[in-house]
Amino acid sequence: MASASPPSSPRLRAPRGSLGRVLSVVGVLLALVAVWEGYKMLGKSAGGMIPFTEIRLRPPPDDRSMPHVWDIVSAMFQPSRRGGDPLWMTLGSAALFTLREAFAGFVVGGLIGFGLGVLFVRSGLAERAFLPYVVASQTIPILAIAPMVVIWGGRIGLPQWAAVAAIAAYLTFYPVTINTLRGLRSPAATATELMRSYAASDRQELWKLQVPSALPYIFTALKISAAASVVGAIVGELPVGASAGLGRALLSYSQQFTAAPEKLYAAVFFCALTGVAFVAAVSLAERRVVGPGDRRRAEAELGAGLMAGAQPA
Amino acid sequence: MTIGTTTGRTTGTAAAVEAGGLGKVFEGSGSERVVALQNIDLTVTPGEFVSLIGPSGCGKSTLLRLIGGLLAPTSGSLLVNGKTPHQARLDRDYGMVFQQATLLEWRSVRRNVELPLELIDTPRPERVTRAAAMLDLVELTEFADHQPWQLSGGMQQRVAIARALALDPSLLLMDEPFGALDEMTRERMQQEVLQIWTRTGKTVVFVTHSIPEAVFLSSRVVVMSPRPGRIEQIIEVGLGPQRDDDTREDQRFFEVITEVREALRRPDRPTGGERLREASS
Repeated sequence: MASASPPSSPRLRAPRGSLGRVLSVVGVLLALVAVWEGYKMLGKSAGGMIPFTEIRLRPPPDDRSMPHVWDIVSAMFQPSRRGGDPLWMTLGSAALFTLREAFAGFVVGGLIGFGLGVLFVRSGLAERAFLPYVVASQTIPILAIAPMVVIWGGRIGLPQWAAVAAIAAYLTFYPVTINTLRGLRSPAATATELMRSYAASDRQELWKLQVPSALPYIFTALKISAAASVVGAIVGELPVGASAGLGRALLSYSQQFTAAPEKLYAAVFFCALTGVAFVAAVSLAERRVVGPGDRRRAEAELGAGLMAGAQPA
Repeated sequence: MTIGTTTGRTTGTAAAVEAGGLGKVFEGSGSERVVALQNIDLTVTPGEFVSLIGPSGCGKSTLLRLIGGLLAPTSGSLLVNGKTPHQARLDRDYGMVFQQATLLEWRSVRRNVELPLELIDTPRPERVTRAAAMLDLVELTEFADHQPWQLSGGMQQRVAIARALALDPSLLLMDEPFGALDEMTRERMQQEVLQIWTRTGKTVVFVTHSIPEAVFLSSRVVVMSPRPGRIEQIIEVGLGPQRDDDTREDQRFFEVITEVREALRRPDRPTGGERLREASS
Protein backbone atom coordinates (compact mmCIF):
# COMPACT_ATOMS: atom_id res chain seq x y z
CA MET A 1 0.00 0.00 0.00
CA ALA A 2 2.51 2.56 1.12
CA SER A 3 4.52 2.85 -2.04
CA ALA A 4 6.37 6.00 -1.04
CA SER A 5 9.89 5.22 0.01
CA PRO A 6 9.94 5.87 3.72
CA PRO A 7 12.38 8.52 4.88
CA SER A 8 14.66 7.88 7.77
CA SER A 9 12.46 7.58 10.78
CA PRO A 10 13.44 6.09 14.10
CA ARG A 11 9.92 4.65 14.39
CA LEU A 12 10.43 2.43 11.39
CA ARG A 13 13.18 0.92 13.47
CA ALA A 14 14.95 -0.89 10.67
CA PRO A 15 16.24 -3.36 13.24
CA ARG A 16 19.86 -4.29 13.41
CA GLY A 17 18.93 -6.71 10.68
CA SER A 18 16.59 -9.62 11.19
CA LEU A 19 19.77 -11.52 12.05
CA GLY A 20 20.04 -9.53 15.25
CA ARG A 21 16.50 -10.49 16.11
CA VAL A 22 17.08 -14.18 15.51
CA LEU A 23 20.25 -14.04 17.57
CA SER A 24 18.47 -12.46 20.52
CA VAL A 25 15.72 -15.11 20.44
CA VAL A 26 18.30 -17.88 20.23
CA GLY A 27 20.23 -16.23 23.04
CA VAL A 28 17.24 -16.39 25.35
CA LEU A 29 16.63 -20.02 24.39
CA LEU A 30 20.22 -20.88 25.27
CA ALA A 31 19.86 -19.04 28.56
CA LEU A 32 16.74 -21.05 29.39
CA VAL A 33 18.55 -24.28 28.58
CA ALA A 34 21.42 -23.15 30.80
CA VAL A 35 19.05 -22.41 33.69
CA TRP A 36 17.34 -25.80 33.26
CA GLU A 37 20.58 -27.76 33.15
CA GLY A 38 22.22 -25.59 35.81
CA TYR A 39 19.32 -26.24 38.18
CA LYS A 40 19.61 -29.97 37.57
CA MET A 41 23.37 -29.98 38.08
CA LEU A 42 23.41 -27.88 41.22
CA GLY A 43 20.32 -29.62 42.59
CA LYS A 44 21.81 -33.03 42.13
CA SER A 45 25.09 -32.05 43.74
CA ALA A 46 23.05 -30.83 46.72
CA GLY A 47 21.36 -34.22 46.90
CA GLY A 48 17.95 -32.96 45.81
CA MET A 49 17.66 -30.78 48.89
CA ILE A 50 17.79 -27.04 49.36
CA PRO A 51 21.31 -26.61 50.82
CA PHE A 52 21.58 -26.68 54.64
CA THR A 53 17.92 -27.70 54.98
CA GLU A 54 15.85 -30.85 54.89
CA ILE A 55 13.49 -29.39 52.32
CA ARG A 56 13.20 -31.25 49.02
CA LEU A 57 13.72 -29.25 45.85
CA ARG A 58 10.56 -28.82 43.76
CA PRO A 59 10.60 -29.81 41.00
CA PRO A 60 13.11 -32.54 41.87
CA PRO A 61 16.23 -32.21 39.73
CA ASP A 62 16.33 -35.91 38.77
CA ASP A 63 16.06 -37.12 35.17
CA ARG A 64 12.57 -38.55 35.74
CA SER A 65 11.02 -35.16 36.48
CA MET A 66 13.36 -32.98 34.47
CA PRO A 67 14.98 -34.87 31.63
CA HIS A 68 18.08 -33.37 30.05
CA VAL A 69 17.40 -31.01 27.20
CA TRP A 70 19.38 -33.23 24.86
CA ASP A 71 17.28 -36.22 25.90
CA ILE A 72 14.12 -34.30 25.00
CA VAL A 73 15.60 -33.29 21.66
CA SER A 74 16.80 -36.80 20.85
CA ALA A 75 13.40 -38.24 21.84
CA MET A 76 11.89 -36.13 19.11
CA PHE A 77 13.88 -38.02 16.53
CA GLN A 78 12.93 -41.44 17.82
CA PRO A 79 9.71 -43.26 16.92
CA SER A 80 6.91 -42.28 19.29
CA ARG A 81 5.77 -45.90 19.30
CA ARG A 82 7.20 -49.07 17.92
CA GLY A 83 7.55 -48.90 14.14
CA GLY A 84 5.90 -45.49 13.98
CA ASP A 85 7.01 -42.08 12.75
CA PRO A 86 9.60 -40.12 14.72
CA LEU A 87 8.06 -38.12 17.56
CA TRP A 88 8.58 -34.73 15.88
CA MET A 89 6.47 -35.85 12.93
CA THR A 90 3.72 -37.16 15.16
CA LEU A 91 3.70 -33.94 17.14
CA GLY A 92 3.99 -31.87 13.99
CA SER A 93 0.89 -33.38 12.47
CA ALA A 94 -0.89 -33.11 15.84
CA ALA A 95 0.04 -29.41 15.89
CA LEU A 96 -1.31 -28.92 12.36
CA PHE A 97 -4.54 -30.66 13.34
CA THR A 98 -4.95 -28.43 16.39
CA LEU A 99 -3.93 -25.35 14.44
CA ARG A 100 -6.71 -25.98 11.94
CA GLU A 101 -9.27 -26.16 14.73
CA ALA A 102 -7.78 -23.08 16.35
CA PHE A 103 -7.81 -21.19 13.05
CA ALA A 104 -11.45 -22.04 12.37
CA GLY A 105 -12.34 -20.85 15.87
CA PHE A 106 -10.17 -17.76 15.43
CA VAL A 107 -11.94 -16.75 12.23
CA VAL A 108 -15.41 -17.32 13.64
CA GLY A 109 -14.57 -15.70 16.98
CA GLY A 110 -12.87 -12.78 15.24
CA LEU A 111 -15.91 -12.13 13.07
CA ILE A 112 -18.27 -12.38 16.04
CA GLY A 113 -16.02 -10.09 18.06
CA PHE A 114 -15.84 -7.53 15.25
CA GLY A 115 -19.59 -7.72 14.71
CA LEU A 116 -20.29 -7.17 18.40
CA GLY A 117 -17.87 -4.23 18.46
CA VAL A 118 -19.65 -2.60 15.53
CA LEU A 119 -23.04 -3.29 17.09
CA PHE A 120 -22.02 -1.80 20.41
CA VAL A 121 -20.52 1.33 18.89
CA ARG A 122 -23.70 1.88 16.87
CA SER A 123 -26.15 1.20 19.65
CA GLY A 124 -25.58 2.33 23.20
CA LEU A 125 -28.61 0.30 24.18
CA ALA A 126 -27.09 -2.90 22.82
CA GLU A 127 -23.82 -2.10 24.57
CA ARG A 128 -25.48 -1.54 27.92
CA ALA A 129 -27.63 -4.63 27.51
CA PHE A 130 -25.06 -7.13 26.23
CA LEU A 131 -21.62 -5.99 27.33
CA PRO A 132 -22.04 -7.27 30.91
CA TYR A 133 -22.83 -10.73 29.53
CA VAL A 134 -19.87 -10.58 27.18
CA VAL A 135 -17.65 -9.83 30.18
CA ALA A 136 -19.36 -12.46 32.31
CA SER A 137 -18.82 -15.07 29.62
CA GLN A 138 -15.09 -14.66 30.11
CA THR A 139 -15.16 -15.25 33.84
CA ILE A 140 -16.42 -18.80 33.35
CA PRO A 141 -13.35 -21.05 33.13
CA ILE A 142 -12.92 -22.65 29.76
CA LEU A 143 -12.50 -26.01 31.51
CA ALA A 144 -16.12 -25.77 32.67
CA ILE A 145 -17.44 -24.81 29.28
CA ALA A 146 -15.49 -27.24 27.12
CA PRO A 147 -17.27 -30.51 28.05
CA MET A 148 -20.69 -28.89 27.70
CA VAL A 149 -19.92 -27.55 24.25
CA VAL A 150 -18.60 -30.90 23.16
CA ILE A 151 -21.60 -32.82 24.45
CA TRP A 152 -24.14 -30.39 23.00
CA GLY A 153 -22.20 -30.25 19.76
CA GLY A 154 -22.34 -34.02 19.55
CA ARG A 155 -26.10 -34.01 20.13
CA ILE A 156 -26.77 -31.65 17.25
CA GLY A 157 -24.44 -33.63 15.03
CA LEU A 158 -21.53 -31.19 14.98
CA PRO A 159 -18.27 -32.85 13.96
CA GLN A 160 -15.79 -33.09 16.79
CA TRP A 161 -13.36 -30.57 15.30
CA ALA A 162 -16.16 -28.03 15.02
CA ALA A 163 -16.98 -28.35 18.71
CA VAL A 164 -13.32 -27.75 19.50
CA ALA A 165 -13.28 -24.76 17.13
CA ALA A 166 -16.30 -23.38 18.97
CA ILE A 167 -14.31 -23.44 22.20
CA ALA A 168 -11.42 -21.67 20.45
CA ALA A 169 -13.90 -19.09 19.17
CA TYR A 170 -15.15 -18.60 22.71
CA LEU A 171 -11.69 -17.49 23.78
CA THR A 172 -11.15 -15.42 20.64
CA PHE A 173 -14.14 -13.14 20.43
CA TYR A 174 -13.76 -11.25 23.69
CA PRO A 175 -10.49 -9.39 23.12
CA VAL A 176 -11.63 -8.61 19.59
CA THR A 177 -14.95 -7.20 20.83
CA ILE A 178 -13.33 -4.97 23.41
CA ASN A 179 -10.56 -3.69 21.17
CA THR A 180 -12.82 -3.22 18.15
CA LEU A 181 -15.11 -1.12 20.30
CA ARG A 182 -12.18 0.89 21.55
CA GLY A 183 -10.69 1.26 18.09
CA LEU A 184 -13.95 2.35 16.48
CA ARG A 185 -14.13 5.07 19.11
CA SER A 186 -10.53 6.15 18.61
CA PRO A 187 -10.93 8.74 15.81
CA ALA A 188 -10.41 12.32 16.99
CA ALA A 189 -13.52 14.41 17.51
CA THR A 190 -12.49 16.60 14.58
CA ALA A 191 -12.22 13.58 12.29
CA THR A 192 -15.81 12.69 13.13
CA GLU A 193 -16.82 16.31 12.58
CA LEU A 194 -15.01 16.26 9.27
CA MET A 195 -17.07 13.30 8.09
CA ARG A 196 -20.25 14.98 9.27
CA SER A 197 -19.28 18.21 7.50
CA TYR A 198 -19.27 16.17 4.29
CA ALA A 199 -22.66 14.71 5.21
CA ALA A 200 -21.12 11.22 5.15
CA SER A 201 -23.55 8.40 5.86
CA ASP A 202 -23.14 6.18 8.92
CA ARG A 203 -21.87 3.41 6.71
CA GLN A 204 -19.31 5.68 5.06
CA GLU A 205 -18.15 6.91 8.44
CA LEU A 206 -17.80 3.32 9.64
CA TRP A 207 -15.84 1.99 6.68
CA LYS A 208 -13.84 5.07 5.71
CA LEU A 209 -12.99 6.41 9.17
CA GLN A 210 -13.78 4.13 12.07
CA VAL A 211 -12.71 0.72 10.79
CA PRO A 212 -9.37 1.95 9.39
CA SER A 213 -8.75 3.74 12.69
CA ALA A 214 -9.59 0.57 14.59
CA LEU A 215 -7.27 -1.73 12.62
CA PRO A 216 -4.21 -1.33 14.88
CA TYR A 217 -6.41 -2.04 17.89
CA ILE A 218 -8.04 -5.02 16.22
CA PHE A 219 -4.68 -6.52 15.32
CA THR A 220 -3.51 -6.19 18.90
CA ALA A 221 -6.58 -8.17 19.91
CA LEU A 222 -5.99 -10.71 17.14
CA LYS A 223 -2.50 -11.39 18.46
CA ILE A 224 -3.92 -12.11 21.91
CA SER A 225 -6.69 -14.15 20.34
CA ALA A 226 -4.35 -16.18 18.15
CA ALA A 227 -2.55 -17.49 21.21
CA ALA A 228 -5.80 -17.93 23.13
CA SER A 229 -7.43 -19.87 20.29
CA VAL A 230 -4.59 -22.41 20.38
CA VAL A 231 -5.09 -22.80 24.11
CA GLY A 232 -8.83 -23.14 23.53
CA ALA A 233 -8.35 -25.82 20.89
CA ILE A 234 -5.95 -27.82 23.07
CA VAL A 235 -8.22 -27.62 26.09
CA GLY A 236 -11.20 -28.41 23.90
CA GLU A 237 -9.55 -31.61 22.73
CA LEU A 238 -9.08 -32.93 26.23
CA PRO A 239 -12.67 -33.92 27.07
CA VAL A 240 -13.66 -35.13 23.60
CA GLY A 241 -11.25 -38.03 23.57
CA ALA A 242 -9.91 -36.62 20.34
CA SER A 243 -8.16 -39.06 18.05
CA ALA A 244 -5.61 -36.46 17.03
CA GLY A 245 -4.27 -33.07 18.02
CA LEU A 246 -1.97 -31.66 20.67
CA GLY A 247 -4.54 -32.11 23.42
CA ARG A 248 -4.65 -35.79 22.69
CA ALA A 249 -0.84 -35.92 22.65
CA LEU A 250 -0.67 -34.14 25.99
CA LEU A 251 -3.14 -36.61 27.50
CA SER A 252 -1.45 -39.78 26.30
CA TYR A 253 2.11 -38.59 27.03
CA SER A 254 1.17 -37.50 30.54
CA GLN A 255 0.04 -41.07 31.14
CA GLN A 256 3.49 -42.21 30.00
CA PHE A 257 5.24 -39.56 32.06
CA THR A 258 6.92 -41.85 34.55
CA ALA A 259 8.31 -44.07 31.82
CA ALA A 260 9.17 -41.44 29.23
CA PRO A 261 8.97 -37.87 30.57
CA GLU A 262 10.73 -36.46 27.48
CA LYS A 263 7.65 -37.03 25.36
CA LEU A 264 5.43 -34.80 27.46
CA TYR A 265 8.05 -32.06 27.45
CA ALA A 266 8.36 -32.39 23.70
CA ALA A 267 4.57 -32.10 23.39
CA VAL A 268 4.55 -28.99 25.59
CA PHE A 269 7.28 -27.52 23.41
CA PHE A 270 5.14 -28.11 20.32
CA CYS A 271 2.13 -26.45 21.98
CA ALA A 272 4.23 -23.35 22.57
CA LEU A 273 5.63 -23.48 19.05
CA THR A 274 2.13 -23.65 17.59
CA GLY A 275 1.00 -20.58 19.49
CA VAL A 276 4.12 -18.64 18.56
CA ALA A 277 3.76 -19.57 14.89
CA PHE A 278 0.13 -18.45 14.83
CA VAL A 279 0.87 -15.13 16.54
CA ALA A 280 3.81 -14.58 14.18
CA ALA A 281 1.53 -15.13 11.19
CA VAL A 282 -0.93 -12.55 12.53
CA SER A 283 1.93 -10.09 13.08
CA LEU A 284 3.01 -10.60 9.51
CA ALA A 285 -0.50 -9.85 8.28
CA GLU A 286 -0.57 -6.78 10.49
CA ARG A 287 2.57 -5.43 8.88
CA ARG A 288 0.96 -5.73 5.48
CA VAL A 289 -2.32 -4.10 6.48
CA VAL A 290 -1.39 -1.45 9.02
CA GLY A 291 0.92 1.25 7.70
CA PRO A 292 3.58 3.06 9.71
CA GLY A 293 1.36 6.14 10.03
CA ASP A 294 -1.35 4.19 11.82
CA ARG A 295 1.15 2.41 13.98
CA ARG A 296 2.56 5.76 15.13
CA ARG A 297 -0.89 7.06 15.99
CA ALA A 298 -2.01 3.92 17.74
CA GLU A 299 1.21 3.16 19.56
CA ALA A 300 0.53 5.83 22.13
CA GLU A 301 -2.70 4.17 23.13
CA LEU A 302 -1.96 0.57 22.44
CA GLY A 303 -0.52 -0.10 25.84
CA ALA A 304 -3.96 0.47 27.25
CA GLY A 305 -5.44 -1.50 24.37
CA LEU A 306 -3.37 -4.47 25.32
CA MET A 307 -4.57 -4.24 28.88
CA ALA A 308 -8.15 -4.04 27.70
CA GLY A 309 -7.76 -7.24 25.72
CA ALA A 310 -5.67 -9.31 28.06
CA GLN A 311 -7.55 -12.05 29.82
CA PRO A 312 -6.68 -15.29 31.52
CA ALA A 313 -7.36 -18.39 29.48
CA MET B 1 -23.03 45.52 -4.98
CA THR B 2 -21.43 42.14 -4.44
CA ILE B 3 -19.21 40.62 -7.02
CA GLY B 4 -20.88 37.53 -8.44
CA THR B 5 -19.03 34.40 -7.42
CA THR B 6 -17.98 31.89 -10.02
CA THR B 7 -19.48 29.01 -8.06
CA GLY B 8 -22.87 28.18 -9.42
CA ARG B 9 -24.23 26.95 -6.16
CA THR B 10 -25.05 30.30 -4.60
CA THR B 11 -28.63 31.04 -5.36
CA GLY B 12 -28.89 34.46 -6.91
CA THR B 13 -28.89 37.20 -4.36
CA ALA B 14 -28.87 35.07 -1.21
CA ALA B 15 -26.28 36.03 1.35
CA ALA B 16 -23.63 33.40 2.02
CA VAL B 17 -24.48 33.56 5.71
CA GLU B 18 -27.40 35.39 7.26
CA ALA B 19 -27.87 35.23 11.01
CA GLY B 20 -30.58 37.10 12.87
CA GLY B 21 -30.96 37.09 16.63
CA LEU B 22 -29.04 33.81 16.64
CA GLY B 23 -28.47 32.13 19.99
CA LYS B 24 -27.06 28.88 21.31
CA VAL B 25 -27.52 27.53 24.81
CA PHE B 26 -25.82 24.35 25.97
CA GLU B 27 -27.93 22.51 28.50
CA GLY B 28 -25.59 20.75 30.89
CA SER B 29 -26.46 18.17 33.47
CA GLY B 30 -28.96 19.43 36.03
CA SER B 31 -29.31 23.17 36.28
CA GLU B 32 -26.11 23.88 34.34
CA ARG B 33 -26.85 26.18 31.45
CA VAL B 34 -24.20 27.80 29.31
CA VAL B 35 -25.22 30.62 27.02
CA ALA B 36 -22.63 30.16 24.29
CA LEU B 37 -24.08 32.72 21.91
CA GLN B 38 -26.65 35.43 22.30
CA ASN B 39 -28.39 37.63 19.78
CA ILE B 40 -25.97 37.28 16.88
CA ASP B 41 -26.76 39.43 13.84
CA LEU B 42 -24.34 38.84 11.01
CA THR B 43 -24.56 38.87 7.24
CA VAL B 44 -21.71 37.58 5.12
CA THR B 45 -21.97 38.43 1.44
CA PRO B 46 -20.73 35.97 -1.19
CA GLY B 47 -17.03 36.26 -1.86
CA GLU B 48 -16.32 37.98 1.43
CA PHE B 49 -13.53 37.04 3.83
CA VAL B 50 -14.80 37.41 7.39
CA SER B 51 -12.80 36.67 10.54
CA LEU B 52 -14.29 35.87 13.92
CA ILE B 53 -11.98 36.92 16.74
CA GLY B 54 -12.33 36.95 20.48
CA PRO B 55 -11.09 35.40 23.72
CA SER B 56 -11.77 31.75 24.57
CA GLY B 57 -15.38 31.16 25.45
CA CYS B 58 -16.73 33.92 23.21
CA GLY B 59 -18.46 31.30 21.08
CA LYS B 60 -16.59 31.90 17.83
CA SER B 61 -16.06 28.19 17.19
CA THR B 62 -19.67 27.54 18.17
CA LEU B 63 -20.82 30.13 15.63
CA LEU B 64 -18.71 28.42 12.97
CA ARG B 65 -20.29 25.06 13.80
CA LEU B 66 -23.76 26.55 13.70
CA ILE B 67 -23.02 27.87 10.21
CA GLY B 68 -21.71 24.43 9.27
CA GLY B 69 -24.87 22.74 10.52
CA LEU B 70 -22.81 20.69 12.96
CA LEU B 71 -24.71 22.23 15.87
CA ALA B 72 -28.31 23.35 15.98
CA PRO B 73 -29.18 26.88 17.18
CA THR B 74 -31.54 27.29 20.12
CA SER B 75 -32.95 30.64 19.03
CA GLY B 76 -32.97 33.07 16.13
CA SER B 77 -32.62 32.37 12.44
CA LEU B 78 -29.68 31.28 10.34
CA LEU B 79 -29.49 30.79 6.59
CA VAL B 80 -26.52 29.58 4.59
CA ASN B 81 -26.78 30.27 0.86
CA GLY B 82 -30.45 30.90 1.49
CA LYS B 83 -30.99 27.44 3.00
CA THR B 84 -30.98 25.95 6.46
CA PRO B 85 -27.45 25.08 7.58
CA HIS B 86 -28.53 21.44 7.70
CA GLN B 87 -29.58 21.52 4.05
CA ALA B 88 -26.41 23.44 3.12
CA ARG B 89 -24.38 20.68 4.76
CA LEU B 90 -26.28 17.96 2.90
CA ASP B 91 -25.67 19.90 -0.32
CA ARG B 92 -21.96 20.05 0.53
CA ASP B 93 -22.03 23.84 0.27
CA TYR B 94 -18.97 24.28 2.46
CA GLY B 95 -15.57 22.81 3.18
CA MET B 96 -14.14 22.85 6.67
CA VAL B 97 -10.57 23.20 7.93
CA PHE B 98 -9.71 22.56 11.58
CA GLN B 99 -6.81 23.57 13.80
CA GLN B 100 -5.49 20.04 13.46
CA ALA B 101 -5.11 19.00 9.84
CA THR B 102 -7.11 15.85 10.64
CA LEU B 103 -5.72 13.86 7.74
CA LEU B 104 -6.45 10.14 7.63
CA GLU B 105 -3.06 8.56 8.32
CA TRP B 106 -3.72 5.42 6.33
CA ARG B 107 -4.32 7.39 3.15
CA SER B 108 -1.74 9.05 0.95
CA VAL B 109 -1.93 12.82 0.48
CA ARG B 110 -3.73 12.32 -2.83
CA ARG B 111 -6.26 9.90 -1.36
CA ASN B 112 -6.93 12.29 1.52
CA VAL B 113 -7.88 14.97 -0.97
CA GLU B 114 -10.03 12.44 -2.80
CA LEU B 115 -11.99 11.54 0.34
CA PRO B 116 -14.88 14.02 -0.07
CA LEU B 117 -15.14 13.04 -3.74
CA GLU B 118 -15.38 9.38 -2.76
CA LEU B 119 -18.16 10.21 -0.34
CA ILE B 120 -20.33 11.48 -3.18
CA ASP B 121 -19.33 8.55 -5.44
CA THR B 122 -17.37 10.59 -7.94
CA PRO B 123 -16.00 8.27 -10.64
CA ARG B 124 -12.34 7.51 -10.21
CA PRO B 125 -10.92 9.32 -13.26
CA GLU B 126 -12.69 12.53 -12.26
CA ARG B 127 -11.52 12.08 -8.68
CA VAL B 128 -7.92 11.79 -9.77
CA THR B 129 -8.11 14.87 -11.98
CA ARG B 130 -9.84 16.94 -9.34
CA ALA B 131 -7.42 15.92 -6.57
CA ALA B 132 -4.47 16.70 -8.80
CA ALA B 133 -5.89 20.17 -9.53
CA MET B 134 -6.40 20.85 -5.83
CA LEU B 135 -2.90 19.68 -4.93
CA ASP B 136 -1.61 21.95 -7.66
CA LEU B 137 -3.53 24.84 -6.12
CA VAL B 138 -1.79 24.34 -2.76
CA GLU B 139 1.51 23.55 -4.50
CA LEU B 140 1.89 20.03 -3.18
CA THR B 141 1.79 18.12 -6.46
CA GLU B 142 5.11 16.43 -5.84
CA PHE B 143 3.95 15.16 -2.44
CA ALA B 144 0.78 13.49 -3.74
CA ASP B 145 2.05 10.01 -2.97
CA HIS B 146 3.52 10.81 0.43
CA GLN B 147 1.91 9.70 3.65
CA PRO B 148 0.58 12.48 5.91
CA TRP B 149 3.11 11.85 8.68
CA GLN B 150 5.92 12.52 6.24
CA LEU B 151 4.79 16.15 5.85
CA SER B 152 5.43 19.19 8.04
CA GLY B 153 2.57 20.79 9.95
CA GLY B 154 2.16 23.57 7.41
CA MET B 155 2.10 21.13 4.50
CA GLN B 156 -0.46 18.96 6.28
CA GLN B 157 -2.67 22.01 6.71
CA ARG B 158 -2.33 22.78 3.00
CA VAL B 159 -3.54 19.26 2.26
CA ALA B 160 -6.51 19.91 4.54
CA ILE B 161 -7.28 23.09 2.57
CA ALA B 162 -7.02 21.18 -0.71
CA ARG B 163 -9.42 18.60 0.70
CA ALA B 164 -11.85 21.30 1.82
CA LEU B 165 -11.86 22.73 -1.70
CA ALA B 166 -12.19 19.38 -3.47
CA LEU B 167 -15.96 19.60 -3.91
CA ASP B 168 -15.72 23.23 -5.03
CA PRO B 169 -17.91 24.52 -2.21
CA SER B 170 -18.95 28.17 -2.25
CA LEU B 171 -18.05 28.53 1.41
CA LEU B 172 -14.90 27.76 3.34
CA LEU B 173 -15.14 27.44 7.14
CA MET B 174 -11.79 27.60 8.93
CA ASP B 175 -11.42 27.00 12.65
CA GLU B 176 -8.07 28.44 13.79
CA PRO B 177 -6.39 26.63 10.92
CA PHE B 178 -2.94 28.06 11.61
CA GLY B 179 -3.14 28.03 15.41
CA ALA B 180 -0.72 25.13 15.72
CA LEU B 181 1.89 26.51 13.31
CA ASP B 182 5.00 28.54 14.03
CA GLU B 183 4.96 32.25 13.19
CA MET B 184 6.99 32.00 9.95
CA THR B 185 4.91 29.19 8.53
CA ARG B 186 1.82 30.99 9.69
CA GLU B 187 2.54 34.13 7.71
CA ARG B 188 3.35 32.12 4.61
CA MET B 189 0.09 30.18 4.98
CA GLN B 190 -1.85 33.41 5.36
CA GLN B 191 -0.40 34.62 2.09
CA GLU B 192 -1.38 31.35 0.42
CA VAL B 193 -4.92 31.42 1.74
CA LEU B 194 -5.30 34.95 0.42
CA GLN B 195 -4.08 33.82 -2.99
CA ILE B 196 -6.50 30.91 -3.01
CA TRP B 197 -9.27 33.23 -1.92
CA THR B 198 -8.65 35.74 -4.70
CA ARG B 199 -8.22 32.99 -7.27
CA THR B 200 -11.33 31.01 -6.36
CA GLY B 201 -13.69 33.71 -5.11
CA LYS B 202 -14.86 31.58 -2.20
CA THR B 203 -16.61 33.02 0.81
CA VAL B 204 -14.43 32.44 3.86
CA VAL B 205 -15.42 32.47 7.52
CA PHE B 206 -12.21 32.29 9.53
CA VAL B 207 -11.91 31.80 13.29
CA THR B 208 -8.70 33.04 14.86
CA HIS B 209 -7.02 34.15 18.07
CA SER B 210 -4.56 36.37 16.31
CA ILE B 211 -5.34 40.03 15.71
CA PRO B 212 -2.75 40.61 12.94
CA GLU B 213 -3.91 37.44 11.21
CA ALA B 214 -7.54 38.55 11.26
CA VAL B 215 -6.68 42.01 9.97
CA PHE B 216 -4.27 40.84 7.31
CA LEU B 217 -6.72 38.34 5.83
CA SER B 218 -10.17 39.80 6.20
CA SER B 219 -12.58 42.11 4.50
CA ARG B 220 -14.30 42.46 7.86
CA VAL B 221 -13.31 41.44 11.38
CA VAL B 222 -16.07 40.35 13.75
CA VAL B 223 -14.93 41.05 17.31
CA MET B 224 -16.68 38.85 19.85
CA SER B 225 -16.80 38.87 23.64
CA PRO B 226 -17.60 36.13 26.13
CA ARG B 227 -20.20 35.34 28.79
CA PRO B 228 -22.51 35.35 27.01
CA GLY B 229 -20.89 35.06 23.59
CA ARG B 230 -21.90 38.03 21.49
CA ILE B 231 -20.70 40.33 18.75
CA GLU B 232 -18.94 43.34 20.23
CA GLN B 233 -18.17 45.15 17.03
CA ILE B 234 -17.73 44.53 13.32
CA ILE B 235 -14.76 46.31 11.81
CA GLU B 236 -14.27 47.05 8.11
CA VAL B 237 -10.61 46.47 7.31
CA GLY B 238 -10.47 48.41 4.05
CA LEU B 239 -6.98 47.34 3.02
CA GLY B 240 -8.02 46.42 -0.52
CA PRO B 241 -7.85 43.00 -2.11
CA GLN B 242 -4.13 43.00 -2.96
CA ARG B 243 -2.18 42.23 0.19
CA ASP B 244 1.40 41.12 0.63
CA ASP B 245 4.27 41.51 3.08
CA ASP B 246 4.23 45.29 2.54
CA THR B 247 0.67 45.34 3.82
CA ARG B 248 1.99 44.23 7.19
CA GLU B 249 3.89 47.53 7.39
CA ASP B 250 1.03 49.65 6.08
CA GLN B 251 -0.19 52.47 8.33
CA ARG B 252 -3.80 51.36 7.81
CA PHE B 253 -2.86 47.82 8.92
CA PHE B 254 -1.68 49.12 12.30
CA GLU B 255 -4.70 51.37 12.67
CA VAL B 256 -7.10 48.46 12.21
CA ILE B 257 -5.08 46.29 14.58
CA THR B 258 -5.41 48.99 17.21
CA GLU B 259 -9.11 49.26 16.53
CA VAL B 260 -9.59 45.50 16.96
CA ARG B 261 -7.48 45.46 20.10
CA GLU B 262 -9.53 48.22 21.68
CA ALA B 263 -12.74 46.45 20.77
CA LEU B 264 -11.42 43.29 22.38
CA ARG B 265 -10.52 45.12 25.57
CA ARG B 266 -13.91 46.72 25.99
CA PRO B 267 -15.84 43.82 27.57
CA ASP B 268 -13.53 43.92 30.61
CA ARG B 269 -15.33 47.01 31.83
CA PRO B 270 -18.57 46.57 33.70
CA THR B 271 -21.46 46.09 31.32
CA GLY B 272 -24.17 48.64 30.83
CA GLY B 273 -24.15 51.01 27.92
CA GLU B 274 -21.52 48.90 26.16
CA ARG B 275 -23.48 48.34 23.02
CA LEU B 276 -24.11 52.05 22.56
CA ARG B 277 -20.46 52.69 22.02
CA GLU B 278 -20.48 50.65 18.82
CA ALA B 279 -22.55 53.33 17.18
CA SER B 280 -19.74 55.84 17.45
CA SER B 281 -17.28 53.77 15.45
